[in-house]
Amino acid sequence: MSGIWLIARRDFSAFVNTWWGCVILSLTLLIDGLLFQVKGMSATPRYSAEVLSDFFLLTGGVVLIAGVFTTMRLFAEERQTGTMVLLESSPLSETQAVLGKYLSGLMFLTVLLVLTTYMPAMIFVNGKVSPEQIAVGYFGTFLMGAAGIAIGTWASAISRNQLLSLVIAAVITVFFVVSWMLSRVLDPPFKDLIAYVAFFDKQLAPFEEGRINTEGVVFFVSVSFAFLLLATRSLVARRWE
Amino acid sequence: MITVEGLSHWYGDRRAVEGLSFTIQQHECVGLLGLNGAGKSTTMKVLAGLLVPTGGTVTIDGADLVNAGADFRARIGYLPEDPPLYKEMTVREFVGYCGQLKGMKKKDVEARLDGVLALAQLTARQHQVIGELSHGYRKRCGIAQAIIHSPSVVILDEPISGLDPKQIVEMRQVIRDLAKGATVIISSHILSEISETCDRLIVLNGGKIVAQGTEAELAASAGGGSRVTVVVRGELDAIARAIGATGAKVVEQREESGGLIRAHLTLPQSARGDSRENLVKALVDNNVGVRRMIEDEGELEQIFLGLTKEVQ
Repeated sequence: MSGIWLIARRDFSAFVNTWWGCVILSLTLLIDGLLFQVKGMSATPRYSAEVLSDFFLLTGGVVLIAGVFTTMRLFAEERQTGTMVLLESSPLSETQAVLGKYLSGLMFLTVLLVLTTYMPAMIFVNGKVSPEQIAVGYFGTFLMGAAGIAIGTWASAISRNQLLSLVIAAVITVFFVVSWMLSRVLDPPFKDLIAYVAFFDKQLAPFEEGRINTEGVVFFVSVSFAFLLLATRSLVARRWE
Repeated sequence: MITVEGLSHWYGDRRAVEGLSFTIQQHECVGLLGLNGAGKSTTMKVLAGLLVPTGGTVTIDGADLVNAGADFRARIGYLPEDPPLYKEMTVREFVGYCGQLKGMKKKDVEARLDGVLALAQLTARQHQVIGELSHGYRKRCGIAQAIIHSPSVVILDEPISGLDPKQIVEMRQVIRDLAKGATVIISSHILSEISETCDRLIVLNGGKIVAQGTEAELAASAGGGSRVTVVVRGELDAIARAIGATGAKVVEQREESGGLIRAHLTLPQSARGDSRENLVKALVDNNVGVRRMIEDEGELEQIFLGLTKEVQ
């Protein structure tokens, strides 16, 4: 565990201390704030719950995009700068290395989500939403963001450079986001299968409304687990190249 | 003790090394010598546990490196040709971080840090950010990260490349100090450095071992002897007799001012004693005054080129 925490702590502090980390964090918050202002705080009277639901929808989107940009560096940057050898020659297992990197991504995600809390706080103060509703929404957004970070971790583990990692992670994430559209043009059983993996349309929607969706929890955890496992296997396979 | 038997490694359909077999004793300092692409770095990566060999076995202290598990890598310190450094960290932070990464407890790292920084001659720079350091100091940082956890085997890939003459001398001392407490394997194509710091050399060419042994043994296996230049005063017949008695061969001979004669000689490998000492004794016994004896530079290069040429 100490090895995982060691990697996560260094990685997170290296990221937030660079201009790149600050830019991603600032841009994400700026875009999220602007979208919330435009869509959530429109002149048309709306229920607070609808505004909150929109907030989580928008925040989920920007969190996924930020996750792709954040995770592209996890392993690919180490490979590009030659520091990957420090992990490879250490007694830490590939699983620990992957979990350490993933944890640093989750730390970034947590910071990002904490910095967005002023928006639901405004809805809470000026509208009628319960703290439980907000908490559930954040829980779902966090789970989805964590799944996005797992996808990015895997993409970074198999890529020689950050650009390639970015492209791979973006393509897979976009697939999960737009799969509801794909499902409309497919026939069963693929239709149902593809519709099921839709991040927003199927899995996040109940959380946005303040309902804990056990199916969604299992889905996001499963996606995270699968991609982390793939990342681990990819690192192990590199020793056999 | 490190035992390598029939080690092979292929990158796809390209062979990097094949059929390497050698043994390295505890606290021995061994140099891997070879041209670019000879397979030195691949061999070192396998020994460091970074690559799983395509064939053959590597055992360290009797344990098979492939099956020993990740924990076993704590016994090995590895510095690749380009030092792996987090440039935003200070030297002390970085070396300490590497110690913890290699399984050391924080208090153990703190207890050892000063000694390691001193050994790598980094004490004065310990609070400097790595990104601001010169190439030589970055190499030392690389060495410090490789030894912070007191490994029993230290593997240094081209530790001298890119250093200036002063840094080379200092690095030579660092490597000698390392060899007092660990088995050291270094690679280089700076042949004189390999000869200077290592007890034994392993010459690779085209992914295979073409020779191994001490410098003198390599010279013998290459079929050549030491080359020296002597400046002497005496009768030509006496000089010829003395040289002939030792089995040396005259490559070139010319007279110089003041009755001196300068001769370039190839000395044979002597089974009894040093052939240079034998030559001086023979000259003196024949009443020839010896003014100077100079060992020709580039001797090892000649041996090395001879060995690699045979395979090419």
